[in-house]
Amino acid sequence: MPGKDCKSTDAAVEPIVWDNEGQLVFGAPWQAQIFSMTVALHEAGLFNWSAWTDVFSARRRASSAAGKPDTSQTYYGDWLDALETLTANLALAPQAEQVRYREAWRDAAERTKHGHPIELQAADFRDPGHLHQ
Amino acid sequence: MSEHDHHHHDHDHDDDHSHLSETELRVRALESILVEKGYVDPQALEAILQTYEEKVGPRNGARVVARAWSDPEFMEWLQRDSTAAVASMGYTGRQGEHIVALINTPEVHNVVVCTLCSCYPWPVLGLPPAWYKSAAYRSRVVIEPRQVLAEFGLTLPDETKVRVWDSTSEMRYIVIPMRPAATDGWSVEQLEELVIRDSMVGVREARSPQSASSTTTDGSTSNAR
Repeated sequence: MPGKDCKSTDAAVEPIVWDNEGQLVFGAPWQAQIFSMTVALHEAGLFNWSAWTDVFSARRRASSAAGKPDTSQTYYGDWLDALETLTANLALAPQAEQVRYREAWRDAAERTKHGHPIELQAADFRDPGHLHQ
Repeated sequence: MSEHDHHHHDHDHDDDHSHLSETELRVRALESILVEKGYVDPQALEAILQTYEEKVGPRNGARVVARAWSDPEFMEWLQRDSTAAVASMGYTGRQGEHIVALINTPEVHNVVVCTLCSCYPWPVLGLPPAWYKSAAYRSRVVIEPRQVLAEFGLTLPDETKVRVWDSTSEMRYIVIPMRPAATDGWSVEQLEELVIRDSMVGVREARSPQSASSTTTDGSTSNAR
């Protein structure tokens, strides 16, 4: 940005990256969705909160070790990875189901005209016999 | 950015249809499985978001702090059994966690972090700010707390000890900052206005009466939710 240099910043001091992301709690609707899903599953008694933090903190450590940028994008990416892992491990949403539904949503998006709500239909599933309620 | 690279070979590309990113596909897939199996209810998801975005926020914590400043018995209760004292005001943890109040004094300044992920006292402070979740804060505040506090604009006297508390899924902390000088006779409601969120994490102090009257928006943005 013109007129904004960093001369006042001591080279030894690493800036807190997330400062320039402001006060927003969620940067995108999907981030809010995975947050509320996690809280809802816990409140329904499907896992302990410590089971969640174990998986999530392992993901955070792995990202940090891999040198991923320290941003909210990485944070919620880790959250999503952790939620997929935990729900798969507990057989709430098995891995194969996750893949199948992802492809179904991709097909649903492709047949939906731009600007219209995307909805999942039985026809979006490639395997016959799935009855979507 | 790399999506544009693919455009040259999409000879039958139909620009008119909808597009979901890989991330959106994953989130929608997960949600539809969980809803279809009856593990989550879409209305409950909506209600959770509303609660955390609108109803629970740092104002709850500010009420706890202002009451502690005004009512010595409540302060004593907070020190003895924070979870019960805070629950008596209607703020209880949805994760069944304990809340511990850390009382700042001229001798000891308390700072809160979660080095593992982002555990935070939701019932009293709402959802954590972005910087609390950053790896930079989580790692650095443990190693060089005074430097990190200085970056927040808080320079402590050398004789003040800094204690850094690491939250867990079972134990969440709220800092009770020192009551600002020149607030004798202030009502609980007036005092509440001085309690900014960051002071309850321990990275800033409560506002002084001067800063509260001169700049009404300064610092209060964090409490605006």
